[in-house]
Order: sequence, then structure tokens, then C-alpha cells
Amino acid sequence: MNWIDIGHIEDVPVRGARLLKTPVGCIAVFRTAEAEVFAASNTCPHKHGPLVEGIVHGQKVTCPLHNWVFDLNTGEAQGADDGRIDTYPVRLDGDRILIDGNAVGQRSAA
Amino acid sequence: MTKQKLVIIGAGMASGRVIEHLVETAPEAYDITLFNAEPRGNYNRIMLSPVLSGEKTYEEIVTHNGAFYAEHNVTCRFGERVVKIDRDLKVVEGENGHVPYDKLIFGTGSDPFMIPLPGHDLDGVIAYRDLEDTERMMALGPDNTCVVIGGGLLGLEAAAGMAARGVDVTVVHIMGHLMERQLDEAAGYLLKKSLEGKGIKIKLQANSKEILGEDGKVKALLLDDGTELPCDLLVMAVGIRPSVALAKEAGLAVGRGIHVDDQMMTSDENVFAVGECVEHDGALFGLVAPLYDQAKVLAQTLLGESAAFTPKVLSTKLKVTGCDLFSAGDFADGEGREDIVFRDPSRGVYKRLVIEGEKLIGAVMYGDTADGNWFFDKIKSGESIEEMRETLIFGPAYQGGATVDPLSAVAALPRDAEICGCNGICKGTIVDAIAGGATDLGAVRTTTKASGSCGTCTGLVEQLLQVTLGDTFQMPTAQPVCGCTDLSHEDVRRLIKSQELKSQPAVWQELGWTTPNGCHVCRPAVNFYLLADWPLEYQDDPQSRFVNERKHANIQKDGTFSVVPRMWGGITNPNELRAIADAADKYNVPTVKVTGGQRIDLLGVKSEDLPHIWADLNKAGLVSGHAYSKGLRTVKTCVGTDHCRFGTQDSTGLGIKLEKILWGSWTPHKVKLGVSGCPRNCAEATCKDIGVICVDSGYQIGIAGAAGMDVKETELLCQVPTEDECIDVIVAVTQAYRENAKYLDRIYKWVGKVGLDWVKETVVEDIENRRALVERFELSQSVYRKDPWAEHAREKAPSYAPLADLTPLAAE
Ligand code: SRM
Ligand SMILES: Cc1cc2nc3c(=O)[nH]c(=O)nc-3n(C[C@H](O)[C@H](O)[C@H](O)COP(=O)(O)OP(=O)(O)OC[C@H]3O[C@@H](n4cnc5c(N)ncnc54)[C@H](O)[C@@H]3O)c2cc1C
Ligand code: SF4
Ligand code: FES
Repeated sequence: MNWIDIGHIEDVPVRGARLLKTPVGCIAVFRTAEAEVFAASNTCPHKHGPLVEGIVHGQKVTCPLHNWVFDLNTGEAQGADDGRIDTYPVRLDGDRILIDGNAVGQRSAA
Repeated sequence: MTKQKLVIIGAGMASGRVIEHLVETAPEAYDITLFNAEPRGNYNRIMLSPVLSGEKTYEEIVTHNGAFYAEHNVTCRFGERVVKIDRDLKVVEGENGHVPYDKLIFGTGSDPFMIPLPGHDLDGVIAYRDLEDTERMMALGPDNTCVVIGGGLLGLEAAAGMAARGVDVTVVHIMGHLMERQLDEAAGYLLKKSLEGKGIKIKLQANSKEILGEDGKVKALLLDDGTELPCDLLVMAVGIRPSVALAKEAGLAVGRGIHVDDQMMTSDENVFAVGECVEHDGALFGLVAPLYDQAKVLAQTLLGESAAFTPKVLSTKLKVTGCDLFSAGDFADGEGREDIVFRDPSRGVYKRLVIEGEKLIGAVMYGDTADGNWFFDKIKSGESIEEMRETLIFGPAYQGGATVDPLSAVAALPRDAEICGCNGICKGTIVDAIAGGATDLGAVRTTTKASGSCGTCTGLVEQLLQVTLGDTFQMPTAQPVCGCTDLSHEDVRRLIKSQELKSQPAVWQELGWTTPNGCHVCRPAVNFYLLADWPLEYQDDPQSRFVNERKHANIQKDGTFSVVPRMWGGITNPNELRAIADAADKYNVPTVKVTGGQRIDLLGVKSEDLPHIWADLNKAGLVSGHAYSKGLRTVKTCVGTDHCRFGTQDSTGLGIKLEKILWGSWTPHKVKLGVSGCPRNCAEATCKDIGVICVDSGYQIGIAGAAGMDVKETELLCQVPTEDECIDVIVAVTQAYRENAKYLDRIYKWVGKVGLDWVKETVVEDIENRRALVERFELSQSVYRKDPWAEHAREKAPSYAPLADLTPLAAE
């Protein structure tokens, strides 16, 4: 893995998200609790709704356009809806949010 | 064999254990010299809290006394700080002289972190770490006040200990709930409630700005919102930093703590470290359990045995009598997780388990922690819980039984909780009536009047019938808010009022929510109910709002936004129009459209441009039109007496006045008004939520119109002679709607439920009540009548931009 620092935990509101631009496209970085983060594709498989604008609840997000709900662990759409968003390895080191650069197409700094 | 010389710096909880292991297994191996900066030997630091609260004495918490050291030939240099180490000569230098060593142990613990606020060095500003600090707090009595900064484990134990002595204590915490590292919000809410029950005042989301003093002594803490909290003593309990200065100076490898390997050896093979001063594999330590493991490994290492330290899962308890909490394991990181939540509002119990795959990986509980260790064992063993998943949360005793009672929230209500708001009927009165033979809804209505007026409390009355009569009463099934609760919207609204629930965690806990923090359906509703009922106490939660209301713009199908500035009553001027045109140019707005609400929509603005376009529009005096809100949208007007040959009153002027009074207020669904200058009704006032038709003799106020999915003409509420009275009635009806309606019911749906007659009674006929409604509306508007665009442009602009941009630069 190639962990890249993308920001401070307080930059993302609890039960909120921020956008991350990467070579593989826009990724939404979610904060589900004081010290819990997830990263997944920002683009809803239904009609491309921006998931970064959704309501975050438990470890799920609801798309702002037509309310599809995705599990942030697996990326799977919940309930009757059928679809999946890509998820990316992300972790906290103290107060910093790190994402796996390899997974988001970022060449290692070395 | 000659004894080796072992020097230990710090007589703390970790080094105490090392000495015990050494003298037990190989008393002849080492000659021990023990330095301690504190003027005493090893004691049980964690028991300082019971000493503070008066449950124990200092003597009872001493772990090693003079006799122990004498028996084992430990040379004690207490009250003496080690000031230097010469690793080449292998000598440590104490304040009173040198001691040579063969092996050296750092057990220097941590230093409390003091926030460098102005005034932090005043007399009376202390940390909570040692006996001296404890004694300073113990010296306070019932006439004293104390402020504790920090709502973590230490701060709360300090606060509870002093409160037990009668001290007036206020805890100031920067985060949204207490002990946020160990507890989730629901448990944090219950903890806050119990501590408040002990008389401790708690201020959350409070930022300290400055410590004020007088003659060199602390006098008060000043918060950045201007609040001044007077105090005789100020305790800072905001965290600890490993005590590494000495090790660093001696040239050892030091990061945040002193680097050690699995054998507790530092970068020098003759120097070891143990306890809170170490950093092992990137981790720091702040609880004793792992330190004891380290102590054992270190003793074995010193005796030439092979041993390795491995960190384990930790559990936390708070040593405050009456606050039963337990948390263990991991709530952060991890893939594929699931929550199991159990709440029993009547007993104040909350339990949450976090499961990953087939394993239990974390547990938080409050109120009933009897099963804490059973869960902790399951976490540590990592055994599969697949078989008992369904009943796991009930603990070992219930394997195979028990379910959550959907009626427990109502059962838990005190007798004096008001059920029927219209008639002021409490639970006790209703329960007595049921016991007296009123065994169905109709009978309860006739005997008590409860649910006889607007009827929104019907669901609760039915639940009381069920709770009191048991299975003999057949509950009609009401529509619950969502899958997180069995209660209906109306039930939740009433219970928020009667139980005075003032935060979302309070609602989740007291009303028995089955999820940790709700979902996209209930959160916006609960957020609205709380801000409508407690405008001053409750702080609006943007994360519980749909994107449009969080970002104050309407999201479009391509993820861009639309921007609609307010045009009061549909009136504009060349300046405003110029500003709109300039903004459209500057931000490349693809579409500019005149809306159906008499104003202009700029469609297709990018998220990161929003704060900037708003700032530009603000400069021309244009503010948010709330085209995105469940709140006041527009007041559509016609030209009225100013220009029209038929106009009877100043309809434009009245529309502007109404819009200026009502704007910014949040409502259950959107609210649109129209004011027409005569019955020709050019402003289409008769299909609005609230519409005014001006006539020669005054103003006809109609409500409950619609022109969306349903089309419906307004119904006449009343006719009033003056403009002032017209405004009062409209404000009062809006407030009644805000206080009573179900989230997402437009006014016409709400009036359909409570009846136009009820609205007439409460708003038109009951003048006293009308006045009270207007006052409550004004109170709420003192918070919400403001331009969110200006606020966001000023304070939140960075949050509209991406967190980071990892796309390669064009030049690369
Ligand atoms: C911009 C506008 C259309 C226009 O170009 O004129 C508009 C646009 C939208 N309307 Fe509307 N409505 C607009 C006037 C109306 C009107 C006419 C009026 O206000 O005089 C109505 C019928 C009157 C009424 O509300 O009863 C109207 C009835 C609706 C409804 C149905 C409401 C209902 O209870 O039946 C919705 C859906 C909803 O709110 O749930 C809706 C929802 C919407 C939303 C917000 C859809 C959404 O949730 O994203 C549209 C946002 C478009 C965008 O991306 O900006 N819009 N909408 C009008 C803005 C007026 C303004 O200045 O604020
Ligand atoms: C009030 C309170 C309550 C707590 N409650 C709990 C609890 O419930 N559960 C839990 O697990 N943990 C609790 N802790 C944390 C726990 O006490 C610490 O983790 C533990 O004491 C750390 O042990 P240590 O040996 O590393 O350091 P310490 O016990 O701090 O000992 C270090 C000693 O080294 C001395 N020293 C430092 N530098 C020098 C020097 N240069 N020369 C000579 N001496 C020096 C210091 O004076 C100190 O006496 C609590 C802590 C406090 C303060
Ligand atoms: S009628 Fe309203 S909601 Fe429907 S497409 Fe037009 S603007 Fe959108
Ligand atoms: S685009 Fe996400 S639910 Fe339709």
C-alpha cells in the first residue's frame, strides 16, 4: 500500500462527506463517526447522483437524487435496488486521513 | 554471581510491576535504585479518583510501602528527579548525585498537556495527574466553584469527585458528546444525563478562549462565545504527552514516545522503557492493562527469558459511582460491519455491538454493564458469534429469549408527562381513566378530553390503552416514521415536547430507536421537530438535512446547483438585475430563468462556486431565496393600490412585509404565500398554503390551498379589518403549523387532519393563544431570520471545495 495524506479528520463533518479528485475519478470520503472514515466512488450507479451530497447514517449513505442507499463497507446498494459503488482503502493515523494511493491511481512518491 | 546494577527512573504503575516481577522470580539478580520525582513511592494512580471523591484514603492506594522496599533492598531516591544520563559512562545524574547502572529503565510516564491559553500559568490552574493535584481539588468545599476543561475519562472523574464534595463544577468540552473516543453519542447522552443528575454542569461544543485572573490567581474561564465561567480552580484534563525529554536528550530514538521493540528495549541495548512513556509499533498507551503486560515482558527480558509484547483489545470503564458505562474494542476502521442496538428507555439502558463478519469486534453499553466482560471475552477470543447473533445483545442470561418492547418509550413516561397538548392532559389522568373503566379511545376522549381536539396524540393514547390493558386492547397499526422506530411522526412530536427531549441522541435513546443514529428518513424529521420546539437550546444539524438545505441551493440532475436570490414580494430594481446579470456572466451560468415564484433562477452553478456567487450577490443586497427549503419560499403579490385601478389595499407592501417577517423560518414542508389586491386574484392567492385577498373592508385570509400534485382552493380562515391583525394571524397560523404538523405535510394536509375548526379556535378565536404563538415564532426567528448565504460565504467556503485533488498536474 502507498498511504497518502488527504486531510485532517475535522475537515469532514461527522456523518458527512467531502470530495476527493483522483486519477480514477471523483471519490467521496465519508466520516461516519468521530473516528471512522470510508471512501467510495462519488458516482451513483443509478443516474450518476453525487454521493458526497447524500445523508450519511450508520455505515451507509443515501443518494441525494433518488434515495438509493449504499453500504459503505461493501459498496452494495441496499434493499430492492441493484448496483454497486467501488470502495477504496482509507484509514486514520491519529487525526490524519490516509488513502491508498495505489488504489486511486496515484504513483508512489518515491 | 555479582548483582547487576539496575536503575529505574520513575516509580509509576508500570515500573512498580517490573519490580514485583523481578523480586518475585529472581531476587538476587539486581541491585535496584528507584528514582521518583514525586516525593513518594509507587501508588495506584488510577485510584486517585476514589481518593478525590472521598471513597478511599491515600494510604489505601499505596501499592509498595517502606517495608517492601527495605525487604527487597530497593534504594529509594524519592522526591529526586533524574536530570541527565551519560550512556557512555553508564551513569544517571539525579538532583542529589550520580548513580552508575548496568541496565536502565525509563518509567517516566506522561506529562499532562496544558493548552497554552492566555492565563494557563495562573495560580489555580492545574492538571489531574498526581496526589498534589488531587489534594488541591480536595481542598475545595461547597462554597467553591471549579471549571474542568475536558470531558474525557479524567476530566469527568475529577468533576464527579469534586461534585461529591459539594463543589459547584462545570465541565467544558469541545466535542459534541462526552468521552467521544470511547463512547458513541447515545451512550454519551446518557452519561451526560447522569452527571447532570449529580449537579455537574456540562457545556458541549464549547471552545475555551482565555483564562482570566486577578492578582495572579485564576478567576474565570472565558469561552469564545463570550460566556464567562467564574472559578476558584481550573482543572485541565485534555490529554497527556509521553514524558520523553530526558530520553531525547540522552540521544535515544524517540518519536511521540520512546521507541521500544517487542522486548521493551530502546535503541540502546542497556536501556529499556515501559509504561506511558513508550511508543511501540506506532502506538501510545494511556490505560494500565497494556502497561502491566509490558512490565511482565520487560522483567522477563531482564532475566534473559524470551518474551514479546503484543498489544491487546482494551476496555474502558468510568470510575464514577452511578455512571455505569463500558466500552471495548474497535469502532474505527474495518470492512464489512454491522451494528446491533438495544435500548430500554425506561431503565436508561443502551447497548450497541459492532460485528464484523462472524465476530464481535466492539461493544458500548450504558446503564446495564453486567454483561460487559462477557462481551469483552467474545471480542478478545474472536470466536464466531454466528449461532447466537439474534440474541447476542441480551447477553449470556438471555440466550434464546427476550425481545425489545415497542411500547417501552410510552411505558417509561412519568405520570405528569403531557400527552394531549390541546387540553393539557397528562399520562396519569389518562391511565386513571382507563383503570376507571374507559377501555377504548372514545371512552378516554369523553372522560378526559385527551385526543379530542386536534387528534395528533391519538397514537399515544392508544399506546397507553395497550400498556395499561395489555392484550385485551387491540392496537390499530399506525404508520411508523421509518424502520428505526415503531412510533408515528405524531407520537415522536408529542414525546419530544412532553419529555423535553432536546437533542437527537436523546430522541434515539428515550424513544428506543433501533439504529445507532437514524436514517435519511427520520433524521431530517427529528432535526426539524427539535429545532421547531427548542429554537434556543437545540442546534440545527446540517448533517441531518437533505443536500439542498445543507448547501442552501437546489441540486440538479448533473450535480450542479441552482441559485435563486430573494425578490421581496416580486419587486426588484436595476441594481439587483445588474448584479444577477454580472454573476451569471462571471460564473458561466448556462441558464437564467424566471421562476413560477416571481424571481430569477440561475441554474447550473458548480458547488465550489456557490460561496463566491453568493458573496457577489450579497454585495448588491441580494440574499438567499430559500428555493431549496422546507421553509418560507415566496410571497407572490400583485401590483395592488400602487398602480392597479381595481386595487383595494397595498397588496405588494403587505406581501413584502410578510416575506420579511417569515423568511428564514423552517417549516414541516415548504410554505408559499400570495397576496392579491382584489378578488380578481392576479397573485393566485387562492391556491397557496396561505393566501390573502384584499377587499374594501379588510383582508380575507385563506389557508390550505395547493397547486402541485393536488390542486385545491384555500379555505377561509377569517377576515380581519387591519393589516397588523392580518400579519398576526398569518404568523400565528404558521407557528401552529410548525409546532404541530407532521414533517412533509403541506399546510393543506395538516389542516385536513386537525380540522379547519381547530385552527380557527386556536388562532382566530383564542386571542391569548394567538399572541403566544406569535411570540414563540419571534423567539425562533431571533435565531433563524438570517441569510445563510452570507454566513456560509463567510465561514464555510472551504467546505464547498474538494478535500484534496490527487489528479496529476498538467505539467507532470
Ligand atoms: C424553479 C421552479 C420552476 C420554475 O422554473 O418556475 C421550481 C422548481 C422545482 N420545484 Fe416546484 N418550482 C417552482 C415553482 C413551483 C410552483 C408554482 C409556485 O410556487 O407558484 C408549484 C405549485 C405550487 C405549490 O407548491 O403547491 C411547485 C410545485 C412543486 C412540487 C409539488 C408540491 C406539492 O406539495 O404538491 C414539488 C415537489 C416537492 O416539493 O416535494 C416541487 C419541487 C421542485 C424542485 C425543487 C424539485 C426538486 O426537489 O429538486 C424543482 C427544483 C428545480 C431546480 O433544480 O432548481 N415543486 N413548484 C419554481 C421555483 C419557484 C420559486 O421562485 O421558488
Ligand atoms: C486520576 C487518574 C485516573 C486514572 N484512571 C485510570 C483507569 O481507571 N484505568 C486505567 O487503565 N488507567 C487510568 N489512569 C491512567 C494510569 O494511571 C496510567 O496509565 C499509569 O499510571 C501510567 O503508568 P506509568 O508507570 O507509565 O507512569 P506513572 O504512573 O505516571 O509514573 C511515572 C512516574 O515517573 C516520575 N518521573 C517522571 N520523570 C521523572 C524523572 N526525570 N525523574 C524521576 N522521576 C520521574 C513521575 O513523577 C511519576 O511518578 C488514570 C490516571 C489518572 C491520573
Ligand atoms: S414541474 Fe417542477 S419538479 Fe417537475 S420537472 Fe418542472 S421544475 Fe422539476
Ligand atoms: S442517481 Fe442515485 S439514486 Fe438516482
